[in-house]
Amino acid sequence: MLASGIMDEDAGGMQRMIDCGAGAIVTKSIGTQPREGYANPTVIELDHGILNAMGLPNPGIDLYGEEIKKLRTNKVPIIGSIYAADADEFASLALKMQRFGANAVELNVSCPHAQHYGLEVGCDPVLLHDIVSSVKNHVTFPVFVKVSPNIMNLVEIVQSIENAGADAIVAINTVKAMTIDLETARPLLANKTGGYSGKAIKPIGVRCVFDIAQAVDIPIIGVGGITTGEDAVEYFMAGASAVQIGSAVYYRGPDVFTSICEEIKTWMKNHEYTTIPELIGAALR
Amino acid sequence: MNRPTITTVLSSTVEATDIKTLTFQSPGEVKPGQFFMVWIPGVDEIPMSVSQITNNVIGITFRDIGDATHALYQIKKGDQIGIRGPYGNGFTLTGKHLLFVGGGTGIGMLAPLVEQARKNNLSATVILGVKTKDQLFFQDRFQQTGASVLVSTDDGSKGYKGFASELAKDIIKKESIDAVYTCGPEQMMSTLLSFCSTIPFQASLERYMKCAIGICGQCCIGSGLRVCVDGPIFDGQSLKKIDDFGIYRRDAAGRKILF
Repeated sequence: MLASGIMDEDAGGMQRMIDCGAGAIVTKSIGTQPREGYANPTVIELDHGILNAMGLPNPGIDLYGEEIKKLRTNKVPIIGSIYAADADEFASLALKMQRFGANAVELNVSCPHAQHYGLEVGCDPVLLHDIVSSVKNHVTFPVFVKVSPNIMNLVEIVQSIENAGADAIVAINTVKAMTIDLETARPLLANKTGGYSGKAIKPIGVRCVFDIAQAVDIPIIGVGGITTGEDAVEYFMAGASAVQIGSAVYYRGPDVFTSICEEIKTWMKNHEYTTIPELIGAALR
Repeated sequence: MNRPTITTVLSSTVEATDIKTLTFQSPGEVKPGQFFMVWIPGVDEIPMSVSQITNNVIGITFRDIGDATHALYQIKKGDQIGIRGPYGNGFTLTGKHLLFVGGGTGIGMLAPLVEQARKNNLSATVILGVKTKDQLFFQDRFQQTGASVLVSTDDGSKGYKGFASELAKDIIKKESIDAVYTCGPEQMMSTLLSFCSTIPFQASLERYMKCAIGICGQCCIGSGLRVCVDGPIFDGQSLKKIDDFGIYRRDAAGRKILF
């Protein structure tokens, strides 16, 4: 499936990802009000990954609802990503996503570069429990929670999320990072720090999924540096039941979804696996 | 690598009221119609189409209109800016008798294309459309290529009084035009396209950009076409299928802004 924040500004972009073979779409993270995000530079390519600090730009839930409505004719599930600072806001956003026709919601409690939101919410197990319970009480569709690798209490956090009734854990969001331009002695990102994605963070994501898989029983959606079919297989073996693709849309173009699916099939055939469930958690057994 | 490289500004030239050209050393091969992301440290990073491609020197021409261009306008020879690129597909020359229609600062990026067309011995008619004569620039440069150059001003202070698209309509009727190339206000380009039902047409589009490498989705138009990677040059056939064309763009938050 398509990871949040990639090609999801409008219905047209997301439709193109569906047409390119994405099995599900996660929207960009949407809040209650329009938000412009940070000035450029917001995206910087590094040797082994991509650094970004977009700053959660979005038109607000009411305007973005129009984009989601346009996608309802697709069979592919649309997962609405939302961000907020407290349980009431999260619940209200989730309810709107459900009304607009989204098929599930992904709570962004892991963005590493937005004050009062994301990671600032996602490292507090008590607040998280409150948020997830509240959202679950307001909606009938599945609730996923996207967690950060930038925390020391990952196991405690995911157990709190599971206890509150979440349907799945999405791991991981970007890794907090920065880069400095040597000639001007300035951080390159306008926000100075941002989140690192792409190939470099795959081992970090695999470790997180592996730890989460041992701590909870709900399904895990793996994300972080998946560029090839073999990368996806590695996440499955760590315990992921599905995977999301983000930066690889840059590395390999929009057709990456079809390519990775083919590569998974080929790898499985060559290694005498017949179903994905045989792979899920293989490294834990 | 898609990160800004610091480069020294080689020259800063005033072209007309509030319009300047900055030049810097070319990082490699650049085609007319391509653009760079220009980083003004501490201010912003914005997309800028190239307006000069000569002797390993690249130029960008812009109006002092927003925070980023205002900061860029203060940049002097010897100052440092960051650049990454070139990005985008660039124009493709086709046919023998070509019409070029530039509106406002859109005139700038057509200059290297007309120069290339004339170098290839193609016949060129150029319309430079501005609001008033103080905003006209590059007229001499276009004339030096041997192109036939016409000027239109909204207020009639120079040349044809009225929109460049109306002047173009007359020329398309009178002359046998093989292809039309345009850059300027999107409503002008959209009107122009309506006069080119059978004539090959290429237009350079401008959208708010963030990544410029085709992943963030900020500049998507129509059915997911990325202006940064799939454009910024789009042909008439594609533009006719894009509902946004000439109607709206999106701001930094993703809200639709009508032209």
